[in-house]
Amino acid sequence: MKSDVLIIGAGGAGLVSALHAHYNGAKVKIITKEYPTRSQTCMAQGGINAVLPHAKDDTIEEHIKNTLKSAHGLADEEMVEFLCQQAPEAIEWLDSIGVVFSRTKDGEIAQRRLGGASGSRACYAQDYTGLKILHTLYDQVLACGIEILNERFLLEIITAEDGVSGVSVLNIRNKKVEIYESSAVILATGGYSKIYDKQTTNSKSTTGDGIAVAMRCGVKCIDMEFVQFHPTALKNSAILISESARGEGGYLLNSKGERFTNELAPRDEVARAIDEQIKKGEDIFLDIRHLGESFIDEELPQERKLSLLYENIDPVNELIPIKPVAHYTMGGIEVDKNSQTNIAGLFAVGECANHKVHGANRLGGNSLLELIVFGKQTGINASEYSKKNSNKLDVSKEKTKQNEFLRKIEDFGNEIDFYKQKAFIGELFYNKVGIIRTKKELKEAQEMIKDIKSKIPQMGVNDKSKIYNTNFIEFLEFINMIDICEVVIESALKREVSCGAHFRVDE
Amino acid sequence: MKISIKRDNGYQEYEVKQSDTTLLKILDEIKETMDNTLTYNSGCKSSVCGSCAVRVNEKEVLACGYKVQDGDKVEPLKNLEVIRDLVVDMDKAYEFNKKAKAWQNKQSNNISLTNEDEKINEVQSDCILCGSCFSACPVYAVNGDFLGPFALTRVWKYVSDKRGDDEKSKIDNIQTNGVWDCTLCNECTLACPQGISSKADIEKLRMKSAQYGYMDPNFGNFGGFDGGLGF
Repeated sequence: MKSDVLIIGAGGAGLVSALHAHYNGAKVKIITKEYPTRSQTCMAQGGINAVLPHAKDDTIEEHIKNTLKSAHGLADEEMVEFLCQQAPEAIEWLDSIGVVFSRTKDGEIAQRRLGGASGSRACYAQDYTGLKILHTLYDQVLACGIEILNERFLLEIITAEDGVSGVSVLNIRNKKVEIYESSAVILATGGYSKIYDKQTTNSKSTTGDGIAVAMRCGVKCIDMEFVQFHPTALKNSAILISESARGEGGYLLNSKGERFTNELAPRDEVARAIDEQIKKGEDIFLDIRHLGESFIDEELPQERKLSLLYENIDPVNELIPIKPVAHYTMGGIEVDKNSQTNIAGLFAVGECANHKVHGANRLGGNSLLELIVFGKQTGINASEYSKKNSNKLDVSKEKTKQNEFLRKIEDFGNEIDFYKQKAFIGELFYNKVGIIRTKKELKEAQEMIKDIKSKIPQMGVNDKSKIYNTNFIEFLEFINMIDICEVVIESALKREVSCGAHFRVDE
Repeated sequence: MKISIKRDNGYQEYEVKQSDTTLLKILDEIKETMDNTLTYNSGCKSSVCGSCAVRVNEKEVLACGYKVQDGDKVEPLKNLEVIRDLVVDMDKAYEFNKKAKAWQNKQSNNISLTNEDEKINEVQSDCILCGSCFSACPVYAVNGDFLGPFALTRVWKYVSDKRGDDEKSKIDNIQTNGVWDCTLCNECTLACPQGISSKADIEKLRMKSAQYGYMDPNFGNFGGFDGGLGF
């Protein structure tokens, strides 16, 4: 059961770090609560930023500058420099393993402009950029023979005084606790946008499990108040309409048909401009009609398909009704320059981590980039760590401990329906811990979350089955989200000045 | 509106409130408000993660991309072991990607692709591994070891890519339980939510196989030279 490097999460960050740990000679095991290709990474549409060698009107310095500007002073310059400088190599690597990027007529990787960027810098694969990168990474992981354990839910990170020893997980298929020992562990478990429940573009799995579990074992998280709201999600379903729709020339209009903002400003500014209009009673629309049918089908095929399915709208000749919803969580597990957390041998990468490159507002196209650049670094560092450090702790007692914890949950009263609480929290967060925040409303939200948390033992699950019990897993996710909600509000209250995606209006 | 869902203990009928909405929204409504034990998978809600493929009235669909009709009959995918209700075990199906060696063997260097090159396997790389084609494939009734539609489409994706090398080893690897086991019935194409035709990809792989000197092993079995095929 023992591995050198154990990776929790099999999205882009997890798979890239797995590959590089493997190239570096480590015995690698990947554990995921879904299957790798179902991870959030598949939803990234717009692109991945890099100033490529053939760029005419763009420089790496501009990429650094745009990233720092969007971060509103909260990013670490050295980390941002590293990210942007490594970007061309990251694209070269993805190209070399077979990612089907869109190409120009001259045979170069095509690039487009996203919000907050001074140049056309985002490499893309139509609007399936994340999907195609994720699947190519998965194919390489299979080629390397790396072991993947699917459908296991993270319960605890096992630590000794001198560092990490392994993890305990719940096998979703049979509800049995399993212990995996490893001298190095990488958390690549994704963000926490799902605390906004229906008001997010994210997959139902972005419940911040890794962050919640890490916090419980003493891992430090920072900047948790920074949640990016994507300006353009479909009004009724919160399905993402990619920023590339605006990058390619789409307009934002209000009910009067007026444009009211610079569509290509950073996401936080655009989201606030829309929010302001909505509060004035306007409906907001994205207009891409002028781009023409053939262009839309070539460059934005998913957007057309999703608008038709979810809103009964054909963007070729109709306006797309939109609203801003939670899209990406900048906050996360604090890591040092080597991607290590404050626990020796425990690393974090991807959306669950905070590499201080996004600061108060992430630039579109930088999250896929982060996965590739820091995934590589994390994989190498974790495998180096494992060469020098062997396992420290006898983990045999852990199973009993986790079984007791699970039994306790099974005995919960189940008088209060947690699904209703989850939906309630989503609306609460959207309205009071959302795009615009006030001290008063944050306090109100804090009280409500405190109250809900105290009632967890009165909640619980109806489904008592041992086989693939999603009712039970969703309850565990709910408990994780409550812990995260607390920290998000606490951090939002502490930061009394507006900064990027955290916008405070106080009386 | 009534829908019927195949569960471990038989078909169960549910009377639901919502209409003119996706099957996934209905499943969520049932799970969260009527029956917490209903078990199914979902993820992105926008047809890219491939988690929620099921069969409705015996046709494969993504629950998040299908609008429910009164009287719909919902079942799990076929050819896969059902773990519970609508959840199937995908491990064995995904294992075929491994058996088919559906990847690029080595990192390519300085191979530049044109816009036309990209279009060759653009559609094949839209695959979301939802398993719909796998479920629709009739070959599994007779050969459980068939590499199957999505794995072979992936092989074609890499074989057709200029960056791939070692084309012959890829073709060698798909001769047994591979391209010749397909009946070209086209069910996979009809089932694919991404508009991919594995059948067409398999035909292209057959042509490549022929270039490397392989022949359809079934050819002789169905009469061969004296079977009135005009030879």
